[in-house]
Amino acid sequence: MSESTPHMSGTRTLSEAVRLPDDSPWSGPKVRYDLVKEFVVALVVIALVAVALAAIFSSPDEHPVTIRQWAQGDPGDFLATSVTELDGSSPTATYGPPYNPWASGEGQKIGPVGFQRWAGVHIPVNTPNDFVLAPLRVAAASNPSLGAALAQYSTASGDQQQQWTTAYEKGVGHASFHDTDVLLPPGRYGPVAPMMSGLLNMARTGSLDADLLASPQFYGTDYTKPLLFIADGSFLSAEASTQHLQGDQWGMMNETGNYPGQAWLWLYTMWYQVPPFSTSWSANADALVWTLMMLLTLVLLLVPFIPGLRSLPRYVPVYRLIWRAHYRRLAAERHGSPDLE
Amino acid sequence: MSDTIVGHSGDVATPPGDPVDDARPAPGDEKMWTARLRGAAVRALPPSKLLPDRQPSYVASWVYIFGILSFASFIVILLSGVVLILRGPSWWHESQVGLFFNSIHLWSVELFFFFMVLHLWGKFFMAAWRGKRALTWMTGVVTFAISIGAAFTGYLSQQNFDSQWISTQAKDGLNSVGIGALFNVLNFGQMLLWHVLLLPIAVGVLIGVHLLLVRRRGVVPPLPERTGRHASTRPGSDPGVAPGSEGIDR
Amino acid sequence: MLGALVNLNHTGHYLHWGFIQISVANLVVILLMVVVFVAAVAIPFRTGGKHR
Repeated sequence: MSESTPHMSGTRTLSEAVRLPDDSPWSGPKVRYDLVKEFVVALVVIALVAVALAAIFSSPDEHPVTIRQWAQGDPGDFLATSVTELDGSSPTATYGPPYNPWASGEGQKIGPVGFQRWAGVHIPVNTPNDFVLAPLRVAAASNPSLGAALAQYSTASGDQQQQWTTAYEKGVGHASFHDTDVLLPPGRYGPVAPMMSGLLNMARTGSLDADLLASPQFYGTDYTKPLLFIADGSFLSAEASTQHLQGDQWGMMNETGNYPGQAWLWLYTMWYQVPPFSTSWSANADALVWTLMMLLTLVLLLVPFIPGLRSLPRYVPVYRLIWRAHYRRLAAERHGSPDLE
Repeated sequence: MSDTIVGHSGDVATPPGDPVDDARPAPGDEKMWTARLRGAAVRALPPSKLLPDRQPSYVASWVYIFGILSFASFIVILLSGVVLILRGPSWWHESQVGLFFNSIHLWSVELFFFFMVLHLWGKFFMAAWRGKRALTWMTGVVTFAISIGAAFTGYLSQQNFDSQWISTQAKDGLNSVGIGALFNVLNFGQMLLWHVLLLPIAVGVLIGVHLLLVRRRGVVPPLPERTGRHASTRPGSDPGVAPGSEGIDR
Repeated sequence: MLGALVNLNHTGHYLHWGFIQISVANLVVILLMVVVFVAAVAIPFRTGGKHR
């Protein structure tokens, strides 16, 4: 018996078999179908295609941004960010859980519900200490004037510290840089100016990268602190914009360069591009989009149980193309035609 | 209990390894967990159902290969991933051979999602959840979702600019719903371990269950050729319609 | 030897259409998906063919 002719002996006819409910074991005609061979062929084909694509296109590997690059490439932005870490006004410092305690109004919400706040401070980050004061104390061991500046800052009142940092934030926007010198416009910066210059020098030599990663232990695999610090500035973000990776550039779908990215994330990222997520709800966009996508995933999961949605395939003629050979065979059988192909 | 002799060679009972014997516990063994588990497994999926060499005649379309192509892609992802594991996470930055295997890993991921989505489209248009196959559909959707997580942790493990950006952006989404505290995308060590162990196991187990469900129920039969409200009120006059099954997605 | 024959590391090409912004690479992937799906549905499947 040829492989293209359904195996008829001991089974029902096609017309009889299709009348049975969809959960009955198939009792109609069957054909030989070599599953193992199909799998092996598929494996060889996919392996060859993957190897070919790898050989032709390779894969992207853009070098990571270091604090050192940031400090050398855009010292103004580095300093402007560092002073906000010191006075606790940076994005990380005002983030709320899991990095710091929740203050009134912080954290994203879904309607009235603030899951972010409930999580608690499990990844404590104290930006003035972790990003500025602790590294400077290390450098001060070999730099007495830096040590004196640190002492002056630490013993000043909170208000005095705030006055210095606020003045520095204004001044650094108009700073110019000559070699390792930071030239600020006249202002009352107190010890903050030498502290920031000291931090900039550490950053430029790469020791701030090492210091932030290595705390608190020698073998670090947790890059939380250096990443939060870098992300508070605009150096990383500027590179992301040129690579079309920003949230409002459909960035979640994209890869660096001309490589294909994650096309399967199209719907997740789409919501960020449209109102109200991109406009009036943008402060809570992350929480709202996440929730919406979880709901839509649930809908996809439950398609078999959702009336209307589960009947959609019956009204879209794709199935008639997929099974056209079967319907032809069925019609031929009904009309008694010997041609079952 | 285990010391009680339950039989000798040469007894009248069916010889060991007999398929009839495998499906049912031998007399006296009905309370044994091992015998009951084996019996249930063999009854649900006897070898002829686990690895059938025949398929219904309606399994005759190229649409049916997308599932196996997805699975084959998954195997290539695993194999290339193992090579990357052998030399450690910084190898591909330092070596051309390492970069090549990283590329195979990346492109096989693209192929995996490519064919998995086509498989999803095909199964949707075939309403493949019919006939008590809802669990097959659902394990497929969960596999898709977990695979996205596996890919995500992979992108986080790159240790390059891309992973810096993705992690610092993604943290906001996860923190906003309180998960970021436990699943810290900025923690390379944690993300790498999830990526190379936990998530591949999860995807692999889900695929395994999915495949067993397909074998257990068989490939879903075709929809009746002419469907819609009219057909369901005329059982028998339209030979393509199975009376009692029309309009009901079981 | 094992480097890319086609270098995709240049600045990405992006297309804009209303609020939609998509890379050429992603668009190619999506179009390929549609083409392959349509082909799979349209091309006849011979049970007596070479793979059986």
